[in-house]
Amino acid sequence: MQNYRKLTIESVRQGLLEGRFSARELAQEALRTCEAGNGDSGVFLSFTPGRALAAADRVDARIAAGRDIGPLGGVPLAVKDVIMTEGERTTCASRALENFVAPYSATAVQRVEEAGAVIVGKTNCDEFAMGSSNENSAFFPVRNPADPERVPGGSSGGSAAAVAGGCTPISLGSDTGGSIRQPASFCGAVGIMPTYGRVSRYGLVAFASSLDHIGPFSRTVRDSAALLGTIAGADPFDSTAANASVPDYAADLSADVAGLKIGIPPEYFADGLDPAVGERIEAGIGRLERLGCRTRKISLPHTRYAIASYYLICTAEASSNLARYDGVRYSKRSERSGTLSDMYRNSRAESFGPEVTRRIILGTYVLSAGYYDAYYRKAQEVRALIARDFSEAFAEVDAIITPVSPFPAFKLGEKTSDPLQMYLSDIYTITGSLAGIAGMSVPCGRSPEGLPIGMQILTNHFREQTMLNLGHAFELDGGFES
Amino acid sequence: MPALEAGLADPATIAMYEPVIGLEVHIQLKTRTKIFSHSTHRFGQSPNSQTDPVVLGLPGALPVLNQEAVSLAIGASLAINCRVNGFSRFARKNYFYPDLPKGYQISQYDQPLAEHGWLDIRWEEGSKRVGITRLHMEEDAGKTVHDGYSDSPRYSYVDLNRAGAPLCEIVSEPDMRSADEAVAYLNELKQVIQFSGASDCDMEKGQLRCDANISVRRLGDPEFGTRSEIKNLNSFRFVKQAIQYEIARQVAVLESGGTVFQETRLFNTARGTTTSMRGKEDSHDYRYFPEPDLPPLVVTADRLASIREELPELPPAMRARFLEQYRISEYDARVLTSSVETARYFEQAAKSAGNSKAAANWVQGELMGALNAAGKNIEESPVSADALGGLVALVEQGTLSGKLAKQVFAKMFATGKSAKEIVKAEGLRQISDAGELDGIIGKILDSSPKQVAQYKGGKKGVLGYFVGQVMRATRGQANPRVANQMLRKALDG
Repeated sequence: MQNYRKLTIESVRQGLLEGRFSARELAQEALRTCEAGNGDSGVFLSFTPGRALAAADRVDARIAAGRDIGPLGGVPLAVKDVIMTEGERTTCASRALENFVAPYSATAVQRVEEAGAVIVGKTNCDEFAMGSSNENSAFFPVRNPADPERVPGGSSGGSAAAVAGGCTPISLGSDTGGSIRQPASFCGAVGIMPTYGRVSRYGLVAFASSLDHIGPFSRTVRDSAALLGTIAGADPFDSTAANASVPDYAADLSADVAGLKIGIPPEYFADGLDPAVGERIEAGIGRLERLGCRTRKISLPHTRYAIASYYLICTAEASSNLARYDGVRYSKRSERSGTLSDMYRNSRAESFGPEVTRRIILGTYVLSAGYYDAYYRKAQEVRALIARDFSEAFAEVDAIITPVSPFPAFKLGEKTSDPLQMYLSDIYTITGSLAGIAGMSVPCGRSPEGLPIGMQILTNHFREQTMLNLGHAFELDGGFES
Repeated sequence: MPALEAGLADPATIAMYEPVIGLEVHIQLKTRTKIFSHSTHRFGQSPNSQTDPVVLGLPGALPVLNQEAVSLAIGASLAINCRVNGFSRFARKNYFYPDLPKGYQISQYDQPLAEHGWLDIRWEEGSKRVGITRLHMEEDAGKTVHDGYSDSPRYSYVDLNRAGAPLCEIVSEPDMRSADEAVAYLNELKQVIQFSGASDCDMEKGQLRCDANISVRRLGDPEFGTRSEIKNLNSFRFVKQAIQYEIARQVAVLESGGTVFQETRLFNTARGTTTSMRGKEDSHDYRYFPEPDLPPLVVTADRLASIREELPELPPAMRARFLEQYRISEYDARVLTSSVETARYFEQAAKSAGNSKAAANWVQGELMGALNAAGKNIEESPVSADALGGLVALVEQGTLSGKLAKQVFAKMFATGKSAKEIVKAEGLRQISDAGELDGIIGKILDSSPKQVAQYKGGKKGVLGYFVGQVMRATRGQANPRVANQMLRKALDG
């Protein structure tokens, strides 16, 4: 199949409706492509050929019957392995769930399948979505399609690499502190963290409940708009999913961006920012100005407390969310245990990798009697201040532009020995996570070594449309390749 | 630990101390589905059949609050005179146990649904108002089953049917000073909750469970002593036994110069004693924090008002009304409001009977006696309220004597037939008609010349003999009052 690696939702649709290929042929091509390179790339943890072909056949049957194939009809899609997919292994890239077969599907999975998408496999990630390089996968790392010596970012490294590396046109990932935006930036894909509550979390294996989001990856902004529109909206199974109506993002995608006010926070261009990244972001901002956007400096003064606040809150919630992997129902029950306490200790010690263990211990500590006020409560207060920074900024601007990460993709092993250095790769993304606003990474050119660099577009709660319109205008203007 | 060696104090020593008791009561709310999911929670089903992804704590599953449970909990809060908070919050209580599938229990912690309530209680020696600190909502845990399976010596089994059942926990102030007061509080609490419709409070099904906090102090001492918490009190009798035991134990410890430790103790139902389960140093750090999967619980003034409006009449108000409307005693009013069904039965019977006092006596006497003997609840009574009222009416009209009525009642209870049917079929009506009795009396007087002479000679007590003869001749159906009058007339006249 020609140009399989460059397909979009629209080109799949045209190909199917014009009879250039069937959904089954496309699914077979997708499975072949994904499986072929996986030994080297490490993108997928499992493949779902039975599910994919059955879904493709349903699409072909609809075409034969002259019926609508749905907004994602026949489109191959990869799903991060922290999202429950009924009847398929869902491991969270952890030994704890190595052989766990999901007995139900996440709401987002249900919705993409109802929209006609063809799920071809489950993508690799950091264990329980904890990490920024995908090196915390309990099974094997993912390699960056732009440079196999380098990490794809994390935690949704597999989903980002699947799209950027030509495996599937679109994929689903999850973002807690930057886990969609940062790998999108590292791999050169479009990736969106929607507003908290925009997309149901039902079936997303929880890492930090107040920060977790499911979101799309794609090659074009239009495809992310379509995928987001499919998975967004209220859900009776998630009371934190908002009741707000979902706009037709794709229909309004081409609205003029001239006149939009864009804020540039100097706090995001300070020490630690790789000059090559800073230069590409400046160039991107210049392009938006040429498109008629009005830029101005804004201040987000509490930015420097974000990492501390984030790692207290997310670890606290993680310590509770991961309690269920105790060897009673989940996790392999340790054989060498004589008492209940030993069973808990040994099963958990044998199940979790070092980063997950570190976060559980840290989170347990910050919630402990006598420390709660100093850590967890204080972190929540800081979180409120960061959210206030953004709400004050959005009173004056329509969007905020920043880098996604201070640096492009780094080499495998480069930061594994220093967790704090690793945490800093999310320094520009976790503020938006804490505030619960929407954020997107769009490609904005490459570093001198040829590594993709992403530009972050942040908008206020439920203002994804503005974010998508800016990204789309940027893309059409050639901003992705510049 | 000197606790066990000290033994139990004698009543005279105990009398020098004042016990201080507070109760924590868990009540299962009468909803169709669980508190955070669509799974049903029927009692007595096969293990792990009342489950779904949320109850099982499957990865990725999320709780969604059951609004029916909220409404019932609000009703219960109002029934115990609590102030319902417009804004409350759920929190996670983290601990590891095999029957706690998520590794945390979703409960309420620093912001409960309702606070500052009270109940007026009455017991044999007195009455008082007991304060209620709070009512909060939470999910139940499952059950770990340690025996009953062939491999039980090596394995325990987990049944999650109860996991996620909706509970409200009601915490009293430490206002009670004896086991009797504690039991009186529990009785009153159970009644008002039942009447509110929030729960059936069936203790055999675990719908009402109680933990007791107990301390003792020397009479006159302004400070509370160190308390212990007694768990596993699943009947009112056990509550009473455990409290009495614990008071005697703590007094003995103090009298022997020892210290009462703050600890959790378990009531041993077989021996009637309490034993230490864990001390303060082993107490869990539950690492509470706000539940991020649930938005805060907001109760609007409108919702509160509509639940208040629809709340059924509660026992205190009903007792007052019974005193006024039916002119029955305080005691009778208490007995007749002991359950919703009893109260409903009595009111219907009183209406059919036309004499509420008599209906009250019949319900409390014959009916409850027969139900107890048959092991039945009042809602299973073979004699309907209208049927009992009908029987009482026949007595009131003079158709049946009290003695006959009791025979008729026994037959009603056995057959489910109405009093009229039985009276008709068996010809059991009371004979009050002078014409009918006249001949019978004449015959008796004729055949008893000796007794007639005695009577006429001034021995008026012989009248009883004649009445007895009339009753015998009529197989008990003669109206004794009428017979008495007619005999007097015949003998005196």
